[in-house]
Amino acid sequence: MVQLLILSGKGGTGKTTVAGAFIELSAAKAYGDCDVDAPNLHLIMPQQTDAVKSDFYGLPKAGIDTGLCVRCDFCRQSCRFDAIDNDNDYTVNPFACEGCGVCEYVCPAGAITMNPAVSGELILYTNNSVFSTAHLKMGSGNSGKLVSEVKKQMLSAAANAEFAVVDGSPGIGCPVIASISGADMVLIVAEPSVSGISDVKRIVETSKSFGVQLALCINKYDINMTNTQSIEAYCIKAGIDFVGKIPFDPQAVEAVNSGKNITDFDCLAGRAVREVYSRTVQLLMAGEKGVKYAHKGIG
Amino acid sequence: MKFMPVSTTTEVNSMKIAVLSGKGGTGKTLVSVNLASAAKASIYIDCDVEEPNGHLFFKPSNIKEEIVAVKIPFADKALCTGCRKCVDFCRFNALAYAGGQLKVFENICHSCGGCVLVCPENALTEKERTVGIIQKGESGNVSLYSGFLNPGEPSGVPIIKKMIHDNNLKRASLTFIDCPPGSACIVMESIKDADYCVLVAEPTIFGAHNLNMVYELVKLFGKPFGVILNKCLDGENPSQKFCEEQDIEIIGRIYYDNELGTLNSNAKIAVRESEKYKTMFASLLQSVMREARHGTTVNPKR
Amino acid sequence: MKIALPVNEKNMESTVCISFGRTPYFLIYDTKTKAAEYIDNSAAASQGGAGIKASQMIVDHKADAVMTPRCGENAAEVLQAAHIKIYKTNGDSIRDNIDAFETGKLPLLDEIHAGFHNHGGQ
Repeated sequence: MVQLLILSGKGGTGKTTVAGAFIELSAAKAYGDCDVDAPNLHLIMPQQTDAVKSDFYGLPKAGIDTGLCVRCDFCRQSCRFDAIDNDNDYTVNPFACEGCGVCEYVCPAGAITMNPAVSGELILYTNNSVFSTAHLKMGSGNSGKLVSEVKKQMLSAAANAEFAVVDGSPGIGCPVIASISGADMVLIVAEPSVSGISDVKRIVETSKSFGVQLALCINKYDINMTNTQSIEAYCIKAGIDFVGKIPFDPQAVEAVNSGKNITDFDCLAGRAVREVYSRTVQLLMAGEKGVKYAHKGIG
Repeated sequence: MKFMPVSTTTEVNSMKIAVLSGKGGTGKTLVSVNLASAAKASIYIDCDVEEPNGHLFFKPSNIKEEIVAVKIPFADKALCTGCRKCVDFCRFNALAYAGGQLKVFENICHSCGGCVLVCPENALTEKERTVGIIQKGESGNVSLYSGFLNPGEPSGVPIIKKMIHDNNLKRASLTFIDCPPGSACIVMESIKDADYCVLVAEPTIFGAHNLNMVYELVKLFGKPFGVILNKCLDGENPSQKFCEEQDIEIIGRIYYDNELGTLNSNAKIAVRESEKYKTMFASLLQSVMREARHGTTVNPKR
Repeated sequence: MKIALPVNEKNMESTVCISFGRTPYFLIYDTKTKAAEYIDNSAAASQGGAGIKASQMIVDHKADAVMTPRCGENAAEVLQAAHIKIYKTNGDSIRDNIDAFETGKLPLLDEIHAGFHNHGGQ
């Protein structure tokens, strides 16, 4: 399976919209949403069947039995995450608790136990294609593991799929790092703002350290031509393949708001994203793994 | 006749206002940077430590840097007997014992200190490992704190913790906290001490969907909040619809405006560039402050 | 000599697992006695550091070599510290890989990939 991951560094650049377009254009049999904190792909990829959902257990959380608690305060003092409150009874704040087990260890009264905690939900749709996604419960850590589970679920449910498109999350932290693992290429969707440029550089740095093939496109390029040119120049300097630019298109906004794909009808953004798509696929096919799949007619 | 006025404004002037959105690119930074600039004097804290942008707008001077480090254990080989109690204790699997020595995997370690506690030989001590930096600077009427997470580091929480709990913040000052997108632990850390939350929403279904997420989050934390609708266009606004359905206070609207968009994409602070925007954001600030004052004196649960 | 492989089922006719850290089981095969021992991989359920935990188990079982399709940086570090050689499997048949190993046809694994939480691939 050839895996294309779509990242941006900065939020709101159009990752999900581009991912949706790529999925339509490639008729990908497998796709995933690794933005487990705030999954959005399902909003523009309507599914024919219901999802199969499974609980995702994160690290266990500490729980204090107030009946046994002697209020010695050792737990609160030893907790590095400020997760123990002593306003009334001693209680553990499940949002701050990282499941390290130190409080359980130091409690002289055996009042603390580590209990399994559901920290999210894995969601799988299987019909003509496989769509793997998940939702992390608010305030949970361990997004990286859930991201890995989303990919694993996608891979096992669509073992024979040749091409997979994965919508990534913003930022450069844990969930992004986990989503890069196993990807054959990362397509960065950049926006032509000073913030966007700064964020691109950080995501490029993160991606490069994983040695994955990189490509970049600019979305809403016409809102600032100077910045667009800066980004194109940056790509040349940094040795990143530039695969095209997509204009800001109010019709695209309308499409997305009605849960449609920008490739569903003729619009400026739709036409531009087709170009970006074909250049990206060309690059992928020219890459090591791509050569194996080139003859199978992807794209 | 000596008259000692009772100050009714100190409360408001020391408020911490978090600006969050759930979704990236909705205008958190636009709003927080411009509200901070529209105030007489304020503090701006950039908690989006993975992709900090505030400093690009403020271009601060007088920059002082502070390293943020976490504690990582290391073993004194002379004292370590290879008993493996630490390896067995570590729930994050950050320790291994092989080839006659203890190996510590620094980027997996959560710095909980547990291994140091369980070691029967006192062979473990902690050293510091840098995860990022905080830059403090000044830009006119605004004092900034920007956090930068080193690429490759998984969590920005220690940086946010340090910025928000910095001693200087104990001075009464109106503070704007520019939060990261999403609703995971870094967002929670950013709003933990906020007095009021401003939720910024854009008019797309993605925007409305993610507004829902942070709405749940602020409700859970019992924070008083209100919504600012950004990039408003003609036609249906899914985020506005959501607010109406949930009976959520809409504090203000910012209409989609090419000029504003261009200024923003060039990292210019609109309030400092034109009277028009100065007036607009000053008025928005007044609305936010009015809501914030009201929200914190009345039961915040909606 | 004892070799360890990540396997999908507790059965010599089964297949090699593509993941090292999260494989369901490990096969510990003694090339001298031809004995096959299967161990459950408790690391599979880990939140993080699965490769580290799995390799710790392998070290504790005193394996001399590991055969796997992929190995992460952290797991490799643990195995290498214990002087355990890492070989790259070819195809997913357990039997074929053991045969290849015994006839000296398996190459050493030289592409160690970066761990999920790591900032470097070097």
